[in-house]
Amino acid sequence: MSVHLSDRPVAAAAPPRRARVNRRGAGGDGAVGWLFLAPAIVVLGLFLVLPIVMAFWVSVSDWKGTGSPFASSVGFVGADNYAALLTTPGLAQQNFGTSVRNNLYFVLFVVPVQTALALFLAVVLNQRRLRGRNFFRTALYFPTVTSSVAISVVFLFLFSSSGTVNAALGLFGVDGPSWFADPRGIFHLALQGLGVVAADHPPAALADTSVLGLSLWDWLSGPSVAMCSIIILVVWTSTGGYMLMFYAALQNIPVSLDEAALIDGATPVQRFWRITVPQLRPTLFLVLTLGLIGTWQVFDQVYVMSRGAPANTTLTPAYLSYSTSFIGKQWGQGSAIAFMLFVLIVALTLVQRWILRERDRTPRRAGR
Amino acid sequence: MGRSITRVLGVAGAAGLLLATTACGGKGFDDASAPAQQQAGPAKLTVLIASSSAAEQHAVEQAATAWATRTGSTVEVVAANDMAQQLSQGFAAGSPPDVFMADASKFAGYAQNMLPYGDSLPYKDDIYPSLRQTFTLDDKLYCAPKDFSTLALVINNELWTRAGLTDQDVPTTWEQLRAVAQKLTTGEQTGLVFASEHNRVNAFLVQAGGWVLDDKQTTATADTPQNLQALQYVRDLLASGAAKFPKQIGAGDSIEALGKGKAAMVVEGNWIVGAMRNDYPDVKYRAVPLPAGPAGAGTLSFTQCWGIAAQSHYQEQAKDLVNAFMDPQQQLTFAETFGVMPARQSVREQYQQRFPDQAAFLQGAEHAHGPVTPTAMDAVMADFDAQLQQLPDADPKRILEQLQRNASAALGAR
Repeated sequence: MSVHLSDRPVAAAAPPRRARVNRRGAGGDGAVGWLFLAPAIVVLGLFLVLPIVMAFWVSVSDWKGTGSPFASSVGFVGADNYAALLTTPGLAQQNFGTSVRNNLYFVLFVVPVQTALALFLAVVLNQRRLRGRNFFRTALYFPTVTSSVAISVVFLFLFSSSGTVNAALGLFGVDGPSWFADPRGIFHLALQGLGVVAADHPPAALADTSVLGLSLWDWLSGPSVAMCSIIILVVWTSTGGYMLMFYAALQNIPVSLDEAALIDGATPVQRFWRITVPQLRPTLFLVLTLGLIGTWQVFDQVYVMSRGAPANTTLTPAYLSYSTSFIGKQWGQGSAIAFMLFVLIVALTLVQRWILRERDRTPRRAGR
Repeated sequence: MGRSITRVLGVAGAAGLLLATTACGGKGFDDASAPAQQQAGPAKLTVLIASSSAAEQHAVEQAATAWATRTGSTVEVVAANDMAQQLSQGFAAGSPPDVFMADASKFAGYAQNMLPYGDSLPYKDDIYPSLRQTFTLDDKLYCAPKDFSTLALVINNELWTRAGLTDQDVPTTWEQLRAVAQKLTTGEQTGLVFASEHNRVNAFLVQAGGWVLDDKQTTATADTPQNLQALQYVRDLLASGAAKFPKQIGAGDSIEALGKGKAAMVVEGNWIVGAMRNDYPDVKYRAVPLPAGPAGAGTLSFTQCWGIAAQSHYQEQAKDLVNAFMDPQQQLTFAETFGVMPARQSVREQYQQRFPDQAAFLQGAEHAHGPVTPTAMDAVMADFDAQLQQLPDADPKRILEQLQRNASAALGAR
């Protein structure tokens, strides 16, 4: 051991090439490596692995929220908690279905809009001729670094039925909705507005078939008016952060590439889609992935602004997991929701990665 | 590369397991079934309260400090910001507050973590029987009900007289309520405002002779003609525009709506007294009993009790502190500072004499219905709230059918 220890400074001081050669022979270095890694492993084990293992155990147990979940009095119930959410018709299933629907629309609206907006703003900021760039950069980034709770409270005032937003709409003669009290889905409203279907007589084919305790008609409701205000809030707050990522990536693209395309006679639109966007693909993947994960876990805005109201249309799986555990005291079910959310996020991220990778090959082949 | 990843995972897993086993032996994961060791002498107590207002928090702090000085103990009063979460966390970690406020609708869920000390109270029979009943489970009185409140119709005097209404016009029936609400609805002002939750709307069920569950709380009785009549009345009120929910008129709650003159009448409880004094001291109002429905007068009562944690190390001292809170004169002080009604019958007369303005709330006590208490009903009532928020667009019959279905399933599972 002591021999290896005395070897180490030499290896460290040696040029990289020799270090690589050294590592192969010295088995003891591994032990030292583990020693240095130990604090990190302990911290990760204690605060990451152990809680996850415990949460998983709670999701398959009948723990009542008192004492240790590993105590002998806590029983194993198998997949009961998962079954209550997925297969057994009832309130739990219906609430879970509703929360997944709400969050699905939330993601469908927030992720594309915030990504497109962030890219647009980054491109604008990247213009060499733009004056006061630093000011705009700070101003646009500001919402991201402000506490989401503070912003939520401000939005509560803005979107109150006699608030600023409705006053502004009133200037144009529009009678604004009572945002946070309006549970109607916007797709339903659109269909009714166009006269396709009547409010109280949805098509029987849709109303009578149900998935996860929710009729197909309810699945197609779109985000409620109340959810729309949360969507607007989240887009407004998170765009700045993603804009900064795009901006950093844009700064890394050599100007010569753009100039070469210019010489070849490419139009600005062509240069953007053919030169800039392909270069941004890794960043795009990062932004989409972070966006997807963040939006599926939306909690603080719901907790501060609506707590699922009106009519459960702002209920999200993350909030449902909290309320099922802490308020309903169904700890197993709450953990089960959290785990299904985890699986959902991993699955969607893999799908998204696969889609982006496919696209990566096609244009290159087509280009050649 | 692949091998080293497996090794890292293996080591991490082993570390996790090791930690799991050591952590379980630690203090944080004491088995809850073991009785907590008791300590005599001066105590160090934590009191967790769900404070309705700054006034309430201040009053409880004062009472606790007085007790602490007398006994040489220390008491820390903590106002919960999220009661359910903070209590659950305390119980799970094995370090709950020694004394805490437990709401009637949530108490059954905490019962297994509470010390059932109620039957040993010397003044047990002085507490209103209906309140004792609320906190009794398996024939044991778990805790001392700290006070109670009922709902009444609270009227903004200025808006009332401006509409040309007099004392003779105070509504005593549903029809009259509808008429005055319509008369008081003008432009920016709504006649009647109440929160979109079962804790208000259920008062109409009582007035129509219905209720969500039967008296023993073992069978669902939601889908009945009485309940339907009540919900249809509420739906019609809302549809006519004479009644609205606070959020629809840009108010945080009914009290704000009343204070700012957005609502002429609201359905609220005793706590409105303290809140109005703090936030809208210049607004003149009065409280009258809720109008009677087809089955007579009816209102809802709300109560909380002083729970003592089974895991507390100072149970005797905690009981002594609760006794100090329950002292008749202290009860009147609480009543004065934040408007609640004393839980002890012996001070009823004194309360009536000192607070004639609140006669309507006390009068309600005679035909008040307590909350739905089974833990399993929690999610069901939350869903009922969600349905009520869809009024007046939703169909009352369907709401009640869904409530019946969910309640039956929840009660049947237990």
